[in-house]
Amino acid sequence: MNLVGAPIDRVDGRRKITGTARYAAETPLPGLTYAVMVESTIPAGTIAAVDAAAATRASGVIAVLTYENAPKVEQHKVAGMTDRNLPLLQDRIVRYDRQPVAVVVADTFERATDAASLVRIRYDTSVPALSLAHGSGYHPEHSHGDEPSVYERGNVDAAFAGADVKIDRTYTTPVEHHNPMEPHATVATWDGDVLTVYDATQGVFGTRSRLAVAFGIPPANVRVVCPFVGGGFGSKGSAWAHTVLAAMAARAVKRPVKLVLARPQMFGSVGYRPATIQRVTLGAKRDGTLVSTLHEVRSQTSIFDEFVEPSAELTKMLYAVPNVRTINTVVPLNAATPTFMRAPGESSGSFALESAMDELAYAVGLDPLEVRLRNHADSDPSKQLPFSSKSLRECYSVGAERFGWSRRVPRARSMRDGGLLVGMGVASATYPTNRSAASALVRLSSDGTAHVFAGTQDLGTGAYTVFSQVAAEELGIPVSSVRFELGDTNFPMGPVSGGSQTTASVGNAVSVAARSARDRAIGLALGDPQSSLHGHDADAIDVRDGRIFLRDRPDVGDTYAAILGRHPQGEIEERGDARPGDEKTAFSMHAFGAQFAEVRVDPELGTVRVVKMVGAFASGRILNAKTARSQYLGGMVWGLSMALHEITRTDARSGRIMNANLADYLVPVNKDVPSDFEAYIVPEDDPNVNPLGVKGIGEIGIVGAAAAIANAVYHATGTRVRDLPIQPEKLV
Amino acid sequence: MPQIEIDVNGAHHSVPVEPRLLLVHLLRDKLELTGTHVGCDTSSCGACTVLLNGESVKSCTMFAVQADGSAVITIEGIGASDALHPMQEAFWKMHGLQCGYCTPGMIVSAVDLLRRNPDPSDDEIRAGIEGNLCRCTGYENIIRAVRSAAAALRNDESRHSVAELLPVGGSN
Amino acid sequence: MRPFAYTRTASSSAAVATVTADRDAKFLAGGTNLIDLMKDTVEAPALLVDINALPFGDIVEHRTFVRIGALARMSDTADHPAVVRIAPAVAEALLASASPQLRNAATIGGNLMQRTRCAYFRDVATACNKREPGRGCAAIDGINRQHAVLGGSRDCICVHPSDMAVALLAVDAIVRTRGPRGERSIPIAAFHTLPGDTPQIETVLEHGELIVAVDIPISRLASTSTYVKVRDRASYEFALVSVGAALSVRDGKIADARLGLGGIAPKPWRALASERALIGVAPSAAAFERAAEIAVGGARGYGHNDFKIPLVKRLIVKSLASVAA
Repeated sequence: MNLVGAPIDRVDGRRKITGTARYAAETPLPGLTYAVMVESTIPAGTIAAVDAAAATRASGVIAVLTYENAPKVEQHKVAGMTDRNLPLLQDRIVRYDRQPVAVVVADTFERATDAASLVRIRYDTSVPALSLAHGSGYHPEHSHGDEPSVYERGNVDAAFAGADVKIDRTYTTPVEHHNPMEPHATVATWDGDVLTVYDATQGVFGTRSRLAVAFGIPPANVRVVCPFVGGGFGSKGSAWAHTVLAAMAARAVKRPVKLVLARPQMFGSVGYRPATIQRVTLGAKRDGTLVSTLHEVRSQTSIFDEFVEPSAELTKMLYAVPNVRTINTVVPLNAATPTFMRAPGESSGSFALESAMDELAYAVGLDPLEVRLRNHADSDPSKQLPFSSKSLRECYSVGAERFGWSRRVPRARSMRDGGLLVGMGVASATYPTNRSAASALVRLSSDGTAHVFAGTQDLGTGAYTVFSQVAAEELGIPVSSVRFELGDTNFPMGPVSGGSQTTASVGNAVSVAARSARDRAIGLALGDPQSSLHGHDADAIDVRDGRIFLRDRPDVGDTYAAILGRHPQGEIEERGDARPGDEKTAFSMHAFGAQFAEVRVDPELGTVRVVKMVGAFASGRILNAKTARSQYLGGMVWGLSMALHEITRTDARSGRIMNANLADYLVPVNKDVPSDFEAYIVPEDDPNVNPLGVKGIGEIGIVGAAAAIANAVYHATGTRVRDLPIQPEKLV
Repeated sequence: MPQIEIDVNGAHHSVPVEPRLLLVHLLRDKLELTGTHVGCDTSSCGACTVLLNGESVKSCTMFAVQADGSAVITIEGIGASDALHPMQEAFWKMHGLQCGYCTPGMIVSAVDLLRRNPDPSDDEIRAGIEGNLCRCTGYENIIRAVRSAAAALRNDESRHSVAELLPVGGSN
Repeated sequence: MRPFAYTRTASSSAAVATVTADRDAKFLAGGTNLIDLMKDTVEAPALLVDINALPFGDIVEHRTFVRIGALARMSDTADHPAVVRIAPAVAEALLASASPQLRNAATIGGNLMQRTRCAYFRDVATACNKREPGRGCAAIDGINRQHAVLGGSRDCICVHPSDMAVALLAVDAIVRTRGPRGERSIPIAAFHTLPGDTPQIETVLEHGELIVAVDIPISRLASTSTYVKVRDRASYEFALVSVGAALSVRDGKIADARLGLGGIAPKPWRALASERALIGVAPSAAAFERAAEIAVGGARGYGHNDFKIPLVKRLIVKSLASVAA
């Protein structure tokens, strides 16, 4: 059967279009109470006094928790990339604006919200650190994973000094907030020392560990459930304060508690992409080949935790450059802790690097695509390993052809459409292929169906669908006979849904589990005198449509339903575990792509509209072209958004975010999306990367997209915007 | 506490409500119709869109008392699991959704758009559902879905009219 | 949200009397703006008087004017054939406002009464003289990209958010009200006030005075009107700058002109001096540029919003050129 790869409709679709998919906030529990967080209104200082009298007196209020009366919990993280230090009402210190400083619990949402507005807090303020540009920073130990924050190969200074052509530019990207459509939400309930949490999360197991640590209870005492997530993009990859505070409040009031963040609170304590200041220098020969690249990244973190935006990681491996130095500096500010946001590092870093490559193309008088081809890395120059597979050249050529790159007149500000300036830009995209240990359980029943369980999440990516396809294919049953369940710590462990790793990690586990279940069922048949397959050789067997048969004599067979019907338990269960092998020691593993954008710019008003975007991506084997294409398109619009719209505006005096809502924090609307918009899947067979041959698809779509648009704007106008987003005032 | 009379998806409700209760919370918390989502609280995102007397409104920015005497249709009333509205089918088939959080509001807005304009151009679709934000799909497949539903509905006008759920005169 | 009392009436005199009698009472129509502000506790009325049952929902074309009831919804108004024909700028401005769901709920009267989008006004943790007279204006030295370049004061540099009101300037609309002291008609240009040292006062309405209709006189001039809007997004966003313009040309000369500007002042801004400068001259790029220059005379940027001055000039020229064509 060829279920994997088929563009089937998403299996969770029916529930989502009828409004019956239940998100965390919709968990019905008897006796539910409502919690609302109160947040600080200063960026630095201490709480001098809390006046909770009016709030406490307000009708329906059950509890007001502040640092004065909150139960003791552990605020500090233990380990793991996604774990964070959290402000949990344990002290009077204010470390950032919008830090949680109280939690009000009442019998209705309206009463809790009202009472929260009545909590009065007096602060002793201190001088905050708010400037990324002028603050003092340090080099963290690692930029990302085990990567050192200061890296050099060759001798960049010498090579740059001797280069024919030199580019030395600084690019900046602003703070951006993920803003998934579903606000973070937690429903928490205790039964003695056992905690159950319904949480909007990208990682049920990470949330479980964090809660266990916070309350000093064994992880086995915590169950985290999350069947549906309304988008995450990284913001739900860590357990944040509100989740622990909801559980704390539930314990305090001895009733189930629901805590849903209001949209402005989504700009508070659930992470964001930090602002970056990036200096890129390129040294090149006259023919456009690079001799050196320097990529210095300055990004912000909080004063109480460390997050590094790894913007220079791609610079190490994207082009064949002998001399490369990358440096990460982080500056602790009185701001919330940043976090992973769709393609952390690659998205912000590709804006800088791929803009600089465009500048180089003009400097040497070459087509920007040609400059990239001349610097193509056939193997990974940083790891000195072959790529497990790489189809970047195909992406360039497919993308260029579908986009119509040949229409582009080389000179900037040379193309017009009526009164509008026309520009076209290109950029490369890359994203590393990751995977983590994961497990899955397959239960085959006498009705011929399979029930598959995995403690993973579906952020909307299509996990339910593609894992159903994988299970169906391995088992040889129709997708409609598979029931896939996820988002529960009672299921076998899966990693955080981040880093574009879910399919590679969990998909392989599902595949292993399904294959074991199939083999066991075959074994049962072969050993069962009642089966027509009795005594045959397992090697001679094939499975299709729930029927096991002899490959050479298809009429001789047996069905799962019949085999399991004769089995004493009526069902069998098999667990599958998958973990990374040694592929990383032998190969460098990345997905690649090419982004093309065409813009129209009004030369008088400075307004930019993207009229065409074409992406071509090679990400190994594609399990479902429908969900994959949608991921790519969605990612590309994130790049458009990064290029033209997104910026979190923080008041430089007060450190307060002043556009904390979806009217003033702009994300694209329908009309912003180009009418001519396509993502092409470049076929790629990668036998080395993992058994399923899949690379991640969730993040690469954004990588390079902002640069392609910025490069198109330069081509249209002759104005190089190096500071995102590109807004009218930067062009008029 | 004011008592309001409200028809929701064809069923009559007589409910006491606090004046400050928002329509969306009446639907979600009291009537347990949780398909109508809250995304932004400030009428910016459209996740809470419902039909009020046949016209799309944002239920997060309307008091329940304002809907007294009105007929409301939520996503649950647009079509049920075993009797999908063509717009729902189109969103599914055309993959006009990912995380699904914006989907109910998007579908309700699109139904309202086709009520006013049964054969919209792509540009009119983009304008017609401008008040609904989607963070996942990049909108492309949503446009395809609305276009396809419009064609299906034009071919079969008699079916799936949400108007039949409205009381007589309720569409004014 | 703070609790409040709620009442409704089908009598405009009762509505006026009820609100007049209570300093903390407000009218409730569509609620699309007020409810937001109540959620943020920027507004905390003790009593809301629901006026949706009042008979002010119709749009009626008379011989010399079209009357838009104050409770007509934005969507119905934008689609109304008489409005489209008599005052195209108004229909265009309405369609360029908000989104279909909001236009289905929001009313014409409420649109005139909507309050500024200034982020400091809407955030009770920050200083705002409009919200709390005497507390200061955090916008002047703060994030002021959205803010006014004309008509601001030391106390307030907010901008008025209405698109429709800018278009109404271009068609000489008249706001009809009923208040504790009877009925009156207020030209749209005289309806909103500048902040001065009382930024909490935004219109000439008395407490308890209710908008009952907006009248648009039928004229050749109004029928030429157009509304153009510049924003970051392609749709569904408040204006960075906008222009409502109308021109009538007779014998090769501009006979009459209207120029309303949005996104640049605390009230919908009528560029009266520019209008005067246009009258009697031949429509030309030079004439439009001169009008634009006059319009921004005395304009002042506050840093982030400096770009609005050249931007609005260019938009004025563009829109005048388009109505002249």
